[in-house]
Amino acid sequence: MWRTLRFQIKRNPLMVVGVLVCIAWVVISIGADAFAPYGPMQQNMTNRLQPPNGQNTFGTDQLGRDVLTRVMYGGRISLPAGLLVIIVALVVGTLIGAVAGYAGGLADELLMRLVEVFMAFPTIILAMAIAAALGPSVMNAVVAMVLVWWPNYARMVRGLVVSVKSNEYVEAAQAIGASHRYILFRTILPNCLASAIVMATLDIGNAILLFAGLSFLGLGADPSTPEWGRMVADGVNSFDQWWLSAFPGLAIFTVVMAFNFIGDGLRDLTDPRLRKSMN
Amino acid sequence: MSLSMYLLRRLILAVPLVIGISLVAFLIANLVPTDPMAANLGERAAADPQIVAAFRARWGLDEPLYAQYFTYLRNLLQGDMGTSIRTRRPVLDELLRYMPATIELATAGILVALIIGIPMGVASAVWRNRPIDFVSRILSLIGVSAPVFWLALVALLVFYLRLRILPGPGRLDAVLAAPPNVTGLYTIDSLLARRWDLFSNAVSHLILPAIVLGAFSAGLITRITRSSMLDVLSMEYMTTARAKGLSERTVIIGHGLRNALLPVVTVIGLSYSNLLTGAVLTETIFAWGGIGRFAYDSARSLDFPAIMGVSMLIALVFVITNLIVDMLYYILDPRIHA
Repeated sequence: MWRTLRFQIKRNPLMVVGVLVCIAWVVISIGADAFAPYGPMQQNMTNRLQPPNGQNTFGTDQLGRDVLTRVMYGGRISLPAGLLVIIVALVVGTLIGAVAGYAGGLADELLMRLVEVFMAFPTIILAMAIAAALGPSVMNAVVAMVLVWWPNYARMVRGLVVSVKSNEYVEAAQAIGASHRYILFRTILPNCLASAIVMATLDIGNAILLFAGLSFLGLGADPSTPEWGRMVADGVNSFDQWWLSAFPGLAIFTVVMAFNFIGDGLRDLTDPRLRKSMN
Repeated sequence: MSLSMYLLRRLILAVPLVIGISLVAFLIANLVPTDPMAANLGERAAADPQIVAAFRARWGLDEPLYAQYFTYLRNLLQGDMGTSIRTRRPVLDELLRYMPATIELATAGILVALIIGIPMGVASAVWRNRPIDFVSRILSLIGVSAPVFWLALVALLVFYLRLRILPGPGRLDAVLAAPPNVTGLYTIDSLLARRWDLFSNAVSHLILPAIVLGAFSAGLITRITRSSMLDVLSMEYMTTARAKGLSERTVIIGHGLRNALLPVVTVIGLSYSNLLTGAVLTETIFAWGGIGRFAYDSARSLDFPAIMGVSMLIALVFVITNLIVDMLYYILDPRIHA
């Protein structure tokens, strides 16, 4: 096991860096109570808008709250939100895509037209409409993102199902009289899931990025919540206090970059065409 | 199949798509459990039954839902997108007023992305695993990972506030008046009016937002160009081209890049939605009076006619972008002609 690990590190150092950064952020977010020097809501009005210094490594905000502390807590919202969007969209997209690909015919036609409609919908406008209508909240931002995200997976899984469907082992399952449900979920889908999951991993970074964007526009977390996008927004009107938006922005940046490293690495590992061209 | 037949077929296929989008936009605007009245009349007026009744009648809110949708579709076909609840002006007028600014910004953004992305991707593939490849891979990853709103703030902080080499938010300096309106694109209108001072000012205002907006697409295009170019470089026709004694330059650009561009064209088409997301955020920060800002303001005040208008407009742009992509495909890839 250690040998494979060492081989991977040598072959794909960036992926390892990505994994380490992600683990670091997860640990920081979960253990924020223990690691953070102050409380995320702890105000100190005599110590407002202090630039980074010995007491407050990342400085303090308009209410004298410690920016480092809030950045550490920020992962508690952004990370699960991005993951949740991808997981729900993957499940919904896989189900719809699998049914469309397996059933074929009219059902396939209709479902794929539906996919196209949602794909043509501008993500951010839809998210803005939903968040504005249902009220801005983390959950509504997630719902809006799922609505525009699932078609990607539906389209891909449909393609995979169509190509797997013609395999002989599927015919064999049909021949022994297996039910449609059994064939689709036990025979076909397991052979599609690996590709779908790789693609979903590639998207986690993008999901976190979009969520932060919605938050930045005030369509996600409540104003006082320590959330990265929201914190960047707090710094918009106070340019001289660059640390207000610089550090939470850097947090988003490193997380997204780490996920992109991992995604790239996974794609290289699973794409045989690329693997060949590497040797 | 001729190009015009091909286009016609694509156009017909786009009709159900546009209808579907209008339906979704309409449903979202209407099924959500909020009250546009509270948002637009204010609490005091919303408590007055007379004012509320007048408001409902004016916007047709008393008809059943399907009737409202057909009214909406019929008006849409006649170019009537309704009246914005917030600004009380026709939605179509508002869209036409804000669109040129977004077109100007988005075009500049995609130009930046192409000018940076394609050469970097090609260089990265040709000199694979050399320092230049490493640098361009890191830069492209930064491009696709950095939050656009954060990049905008950092760019403003560095180039406007600290170095003072580029102007701040806005499309022109505050003391300058916009050029006579012809296209609505300040860069082009100022040229038409032969106002060189306005032109250079408009361009200098465009640089930062265009780079910020184009950064994501630049990263994406670099990555796709690189991988597509790597595929092409190992093809046998490349060996043939070299065997014919063509210069390395002709081989790489004429034979390699030409064939590697197909996936890049697709990505440019697809990155439109990223560009749009970026445009909303970029416009907000750079006080750029475009569609993104208009959409944002409309969403905040639950101005559903305006939101539906923006959605329809963007769906149309999406359909047109895809048509252009298809057309480029047709021109670039002779296999489609068959």
